[in-house]
Amino acid sequence: MEIVKAVTCPVCGSLCDDIEVVMENGKIVDVRNACAAGAAKFLNYNCEHRILKPLIRKNGEFVEVSLDEAIRKAAEILANASYPILYGWSSTSCEAVRVGLELAEEIGGVIDNTSTVCHGPSILSIQDVGIPSCTLGQIRHRADLVVYWGSNPWSAHPRHIERYTAFSEGRFQKSTWRRYLAKIRALIAKKKLERAFKRIFFKREISVPPHLRYEPPPFLERKERKLIVIDVRRTKSAEIADYFIKVEPGKDYELLQALRMLIRDQEIETDKVAGVPVEYLEEVADVMVNCDFGILFFGVGLTMSGAKMRNIDAAICLTRDLNMRTKFVIMPMRGHFNVTGANVVSTWQTGYPFAVDFSLGYPRYNPGETSVVDILLRGESDASLIIASDPASSFPKKAVEHLAKTPLIVIDPHMNVTAQIADVVIPSAFVGIEAEGTAYRMDHVPLPLKKIVEPPEGILPDEEIVRRILVEVRRLKGIGGS
Amino acid sequence: MSLKPKLKVTLLTGRTIEQGVGKEHGKSSKEYLESVSICYIDPEDMKKLGIKNGTNVLVSTDYGSVVVKAVKSKRFPHAGEIFIPYGPWANVVVNPETDGIGMPSFKGVPATIEPAPEQRILSLAELLKEQYGKG
Repeated sequence: MEIVKAVTCPVCGSLCDDIEVVMENGKIVDVRNACAAGAAKFLNYNCEHRILKPLIRKNGEFVEVSLDEAIRKAAEILANASYPILYGWSSTSCEAVRVGLELAEEIGGVIDNTSTVCHGPSILSIQDVGIPSCTLGQIRHRADLVVYWGSNPWSAHPRHIERYTAFSEGRFQKSTWRRYLAKIRALIAKKKLERAFKRIFFKREISVPPHLRYEPPPFLERKERKLIVIDVRRTKSAEIADYFIKVEPGKDYELLQALRMLIRDQEIETDKVAGVPVEYLEEVADVMVNCDFGILFFGVGLTMSGAKMRNIDAAICLTRDLNMRTKFVIMPMRGHFNVTGANVVSTWQTGYPFAVDFSLGYPRYNPGETSVVDILLRGESDASLIIASDPASSFPKKAVEHLAKTPLIVIDPHMNVTAQIADVVIPSAFVGIEAEGTAYRMDHVPLPLKKIVEPPEGILPDEEIVRRILVEVRRLKGIGGS
Repeated sequence: MSLKPKLKVTLLTGRTIEQGVGKEHGKSSKEYLESVSICYIDPEDMKKLGIKNGTNVLVSTDYGSVVVKAVKSKRFPHAGEIFIPYGPWANVVVNPETDGIGMPSFKGVPATIEPAPEQRILSLAELLKEQYGKG
C-alpha cells in the first residue's frame, strides 16, 4: 500500500491540495480528506462510462476508429469551417488552454470557456469597477465576518467553509464549528420537545422552527468569527450560517443597494426590501461596518438572475463603500477547478479572459456577440470543438439545438451528454489523476496537478490531443511542420 | 372530471451535492441521471397540486416543457418556488435570453407546474432524440 500525499483535487475552484490517495498495485483504492464530489472523482474516474476508443458517427451510429483517424477528421472539420467555436477549457490544465488558443488563432475561430455561463458577468463587472480581493489564506487567518451571497458552498464547494472560512482554525480567528454543533443540539432538543408537546395536546399545526424566524441572533454583535448567508433558498449552507437572509428571486440588486444606503447612513423609506425587513438589514449593515476583516463571497446566484452583471457591480460597490469604514474584500466562488486558469491563460495570450473571436485574424472581445451561447442562439457557427466541459447539460435547449446541427467534436474522458450527440469523440486522460498540469484556484493561486496513475492504453492528455489537431490543421492548410 | 390543478411558480436551477457527486460518477450514470431529473417542491404546493413525493410533474415555461419527478423539498417554506438541479432536463425549460452579455437566465424563470402521473420521465437518450434528434 502506498499513499500519495498533497494531491490537488481536480473538481471545484477550491482546489483542495491536502488530498491523500491510497494506492494498491498501481490502482487508487481509497482517498482521504476529499469531499463527496472529490472522492467520487478519484474512486470512479475509471468507471464503465469511460470512453476508451475514439469514435466517429457514421450513418447515425458511433463507429470505433483509430486515434489518427479521429484527429484527422477533427482537423478536417475545423480547417474547413468558416466560424468554428472552441468551448470548454475549465476542467483541463493551463497548458492545454495555451495550445487551444493557438488552435483558435490558426483556424480563425471563437474560443470561449465556461465562465461565459458562470462568472462571465462578474468578469465584465470587474473590468468596469475593479475588485478589492485577497487570497484564501488571508481569509482563513483574519476574516471575522464571512458572507456567502447567492452561493451554496455546501453543495458546490463542499470543503470551502472548512478550509478557508467559518469552520477553519485561523491564526487570528477561531473556528465556529463548536457553535454550529451547539446550535444543532439545541435544535434537536427543541424539536423533541415540540413533538412531545404535540403528542400531549394533539396539536397538528406546525410551528415555524427557530432558524426560519428572521430576527438576527444576539451574538451577531459579539466580536468573533461570524457567517452570514444571503440566498433565495434556505440551502444547507444557510442552515450552517449564524444568520440567513432569504431574498426574493431576482431582487438581489435592490438588497445590495439597500445595504449600500445603510452603510452610508442613508435612510430607507420602506419597511421591506426584496422581502427582508429593513430593521434586520440595519443590523446586518452594523455587523458589516463593525467587523475587522470582512469577506463577501458571491456565487452564480448573483450572475445568473435579475440584473446579472449589475448585481456584481452593486456587490463590488458595496465592498468599496465598506472599505471607507473597515477592511472588506470580495471574491467570486469559481466553479470548475481551472476556470480561473482558463481566464488567466486567455488573458496572457490574447488580452481577454473569455469569448475571444479570432475570425478577423486578431483577438476581438465583445461578450453578447462573441460569447458562445449568443453565437449558438444566432446560429452562426458552422462547427464546434468541445473540450473538458459538457454544454449539452449546461446550455439552454435552444443553444444546444444549433450545437447538435453542426459538426461537433468532443474531447472528454467520459461519455458525457455532449459526447452522446457528437460526430467525433476523442477520449482524453483525466488531468490531475492521469496527467499533470497547472490549475488556478479561485483566488488566482496556481497549484500543480499531479499524475498519480497511468491513463488507459492509447489515451492522451488534452494538451497532446489539441496539439495533434493543431499540427494536422496546419498540414491541411499547407503551413507544415511545428 | 375536474380540471387538473396547475400552479404558477418561479423556477430556480442550481447545483446540488447529489448532482455534483453524480457528474463525477459519469454523466450516463444512474446517480447523475436520478439527481437531475427531479424537481424540489414546497410541501404546501404539493398539497395544492394533490401530488405525493415521487409523482411525475410537467414543468412548462415559455421555452419548453419537461416531465420530472416531484421531490418534497427539505428546504421549505418556499411556496411558489421550484428547484431543478442543473442538467439536460432543466435546460429544456430555462430562459436562453443572454441580455447581451452572454449569460442565459438560468434562475428565476416564470413557470407552471402540473401533475403528470400518466407521463413518464424520458431517458437521457430519449430526451436527446426528442430535443436534438441525435444521440
